[in-house]
Amino acid sequence: MLPKWLRVERIVWLAFASALALSGHAFAESTQSNTSVFSPASTPAAQEFQLGLFVFSITAAIFVVVGGLLTYVVIRYRARPGDEQSEPPQVYGSNQVELAWTVIPVLIVVVLFLTTARVIFAIQDAPKPDSALEVTVVGHQYWWEFRYPKQGIDAVNEIHVPLSSADHPAPTYLKLLSADTDHSFWVPRLSGKTDLIPNHPNDLWIEPMQPGLYLGQCAQFCGVQHANMLLRVYVDTPEQFAAWAANQAKPGVQDSSVAAGRHVFETQACMNCHTVKGTAATGRFGPDLTHIMSRDTIASGMIPNTQDNLKAWIKNPDTFKPGCLMPAMQLTDEQIDQVTSYLETLK
Amino acid sequence: MADSTLPIHGSLDLTPPQEREQNLIEILHSWVITVDHKKLGLLYMIMAIFFLLVAGLEAILIRIQLVVPDNHFVSPATFNRLFTMHGTTMVFLVGMPLVFAWGNYIIPLQIGARDMAFPRLNSFSFWLTFLGGVLLYYSFIGGPGLYGTGSAPDITWWAYAPLTLKAFSPGNAPDYWALALLTTGFGTLGGAINIIATVVSMRCKGMTLMRMPLFCWLLFVDAALILVTITPLTAAQVMLLIDRYLGGHFFDTQAGGSAVIWMHFFWIFGHPEVYVLVFPAFAIASEVIPVFSRKAIFGYPAMVAASVGIAFVSLGVWAHHMFTVGMTSAGNAFFVLSTMLVGIPTGIKIFNWLATMWGGRIRFATPMLFCTAFLFQFLIAGLTGIILSTGAWDWQLHNSYFVPAHFHYVLIGAIVFNVFAGIYYWYPKATGRMMSETLGKWHFWLFLIGFHVTFDTMHFVGFEGMPRWIYTYPADRGWQHLNLVISIGGLIQAVAILVFAWNLISSLFIGKKAGNDPWDAWTLEWITPSPPPVYNFATEPVVHSRRPLWDLKHPEDPDWKYD
Repeated sequence: MLPKWLRVERIVWLAFASALALSGHAFAESTQSNTSVFSPASTPAAQEFQLGLFVFSITAAIFVVVGGLLTYVVIRYRARPGDEQSEPPQVYGSNQVELAWTVIPVLIVVVLFLTTARVIFAIQDAPKPDSALEVTVVGHQYWWEFRYPKQGIDAVNEIHVPLSSADHPAPTYLKLLSADTDHSFWVPRLSGKTDLIPNHPNDLWIEPMQPGLYLGQCAQFCGVQHANMLLRVYVDTPEQFAAWAANQAKPGVQDSSVAAGRHVFETQACMNCHTVKGTAATGRFGPDLTHIMSRDTIASGMIPNTQDNLKAWIKNPDTFKPGCLMPAMQLTDEQIDQVTSYLETLK
Repeated sequence: MADSTLPIHGSLDLTPPQEREQNLIEILHSWVITVDHKKLGLLYMIMAIFFLLVAGLEAILIRIQLVVPDNHFVSPATFNRLFTMHGTTMVFLVGMPLVFAWGNYIIPLQIGARDMAFPRLNSFSFWLTFLGGVLLYYSFIGGPGLYGTGSAPDITWWAYAPLTLKAFSPGNAPDYWALALLTTGFGTLGGAINIIATVVSMRCKGMTLMRMPLFCWLLFVDAALILVTITPLTAAQVMLLIDRYLGGHFFDTQAGGSAVIWMHFFWIFGHPEVYVLVFPAFAIASEVIPVFSRKAIFGYPAMVAASVGIAFVSLGVWAHHMFTVGMTSAGNAFFVLSTMLVGIPTGIKIFNWLATMWGGRIRFATPMLFCTAFLFQFLIAGLTGIILSTGAWDWQLHNSYFVPAHFHYVLIGAIVFNVFAGIYYWYPKATGRMMSETLGKWHFWLFLIGFHVTFDTMHFVGFEGMPRWIYTYPADRGWQHLNLVISIGGLIQAVAILVFAWNLISSLFIGKKAGNDPWDAWTLEWITPSPPPVYNFATEPVVHSRRPLWDLKHPEDPDWKYD
């Protein structure tokens, strides 16, 4: 009996140890990801992460104590051969014990609540500094619109914000709106998420402390292509940001060599939904294309912005993003080539 | 067995009808017209297991689609329908029928009654619930109305407005969803009224409320909770249908309606609903753990108080599902506190089960194995719940895979595990035969491994920023390894379920004869034959304590001495 029991015990410990090792590995790996909640690069995300670590350590301690007791009870009080003869002593309860295991959780709740409330108030009611950049985010079914009211910029899907530092704090304050259904703005390394709800403006702020590209995506189901409503946040140095903003504020490039493409754009249905500033195209239903070539991706971060992808997208958006709201306009291959050439001048 | 021997025109035929062989049609007919609480309980159970298999199949399809990045196994629209139907089915067509499967079958037997208080309402409630299931699944055919291809709702089981309105969801799929929930909702309300009336008025002699088995207490509180929570859901469905068909603007944001009001209606139903679903699991644990530990339940009055406490507090926590919708900081803080408070009575329950096992002689038969796993898993589920309750940290975790990981820990790790425990425990009573212990252990270990491979991993992919409800994900996110592991776990669980299904069916024919009381248990249902006759008890039992059969078996040390 005993050797067999030991074997079982060994297997259990082995399984437990390997599970622990695997989860440790998964935990370590998860901090490498560009969308990890464990590698904050912005003030609110860092505050949330610290709260997370605090609550993790408390819950882990509770787990070790209660889980340990459970394991002890299961091993110590398992029935052994011969136990069928008699029943164990019957115990019906104890008020002292009940009181003890009521009071201790109450104390834990008090500590956890006060810590959490402090972080909630610190982030949600943070005063907006004058140096803050203001951006209005409008969620559309399966793409993002970023309006910079003071700079007169309409960016799409890829949002550029300035780097913040201790000496020159430059947080970005986002006003969150929706043009259709509910969406949610989530870039894990910069901040927790906040929903974009029609008729219900929300606020969110980020303060990125490291330059680079941060990935995220819509986190509230918004329809058939919810999965491909991806988000890219470019945190620029102040110089990079100024250069980007100056370019974005310009009207679209007017290049007579692509007049044929522009003609297609303005006579087929393209301009009903898309804007190219400085031209007759002023549609607002789809993304602003005035500076489409300044973006790394198309289709809301889904595919690289290359000539081939642009052509395939215009020919039939459903090949990439089935169910998206842009229709295939049945253009001829020649028209597609012309329109693509036109778009490629819009830097 | 026939259900009634109504005298016709004054002539009274006292020949027991079951002496005559019934043909198949008569047997089926007897199940359709039955008002017997045991048959209705089994019908609820069969319905729940059937839809568990259907929704489980949907989960498998979901996991196949997510096994690699940029997969094209199902279309985006199909994927969205699959998870909407999976969630809706599991909650309304598996979880809710299970409440009434247990409530119907066990309560009258445990309180020494011959049936539920309202047998006809009981039957009506079951068939309404079943009709709701048929309506929901008919949407696969009837969803598009006059145009489009076949479709079921693709709006998530939250069905957030305004996505459910005509502008964004043409066709009839959301209508089937709303009507199905309305229909099952009325069935549920009927069933809850019945449980309350039964517990209040049908207890046998000597069974005061504080001598009632904890199982009945939990179902009683559960039924009361149902009356409060299903009502706002029903109201919301009516408002949704008014918006869709009568030009209402409750949720129509383009006409000044509010998307947030739907969220409030949904979650003031939706959060207590979790407790509605988990109470039967608590009820099963409160029967199985004492019997297999060979000890009386520890702290019975504390357990009753904790149950009532959970039910009350759970009505004030709903907006912790809404930390990201832009409530005020004070509002967020309020729901942080109320949510954390639920942890206290829940903790008390875990401690009392633990104390019941302490000093016992625990027999690890299959029901107890499932209950032991439940204790560990419910502990973890509670702790991840505490993690999610910390509003600011929830801004990160909300709608990430951490959330499905957490609630599947509750719904499977706690509820389904205990449902299996309950099935292994009461199967002998309902059928007269034991389920196979060997297959039971295979079922348990396979399901345990599959469960942990899937849902432990899901927490981590949530930390890596993977949101729920996405039909695919780009390869550059680095989520593929964990998703592969999650899917493998899903397949292991599917194998375990097949073992269970085989055990369930084969034991009906080759299982060992059970006798009245195979587990040496203490509540009244074990004094009747297995399966119990239509009338349950030939004479009304009289009880003197919480464990009438203990008193019978141990006249030298009866419970009533300590009352």
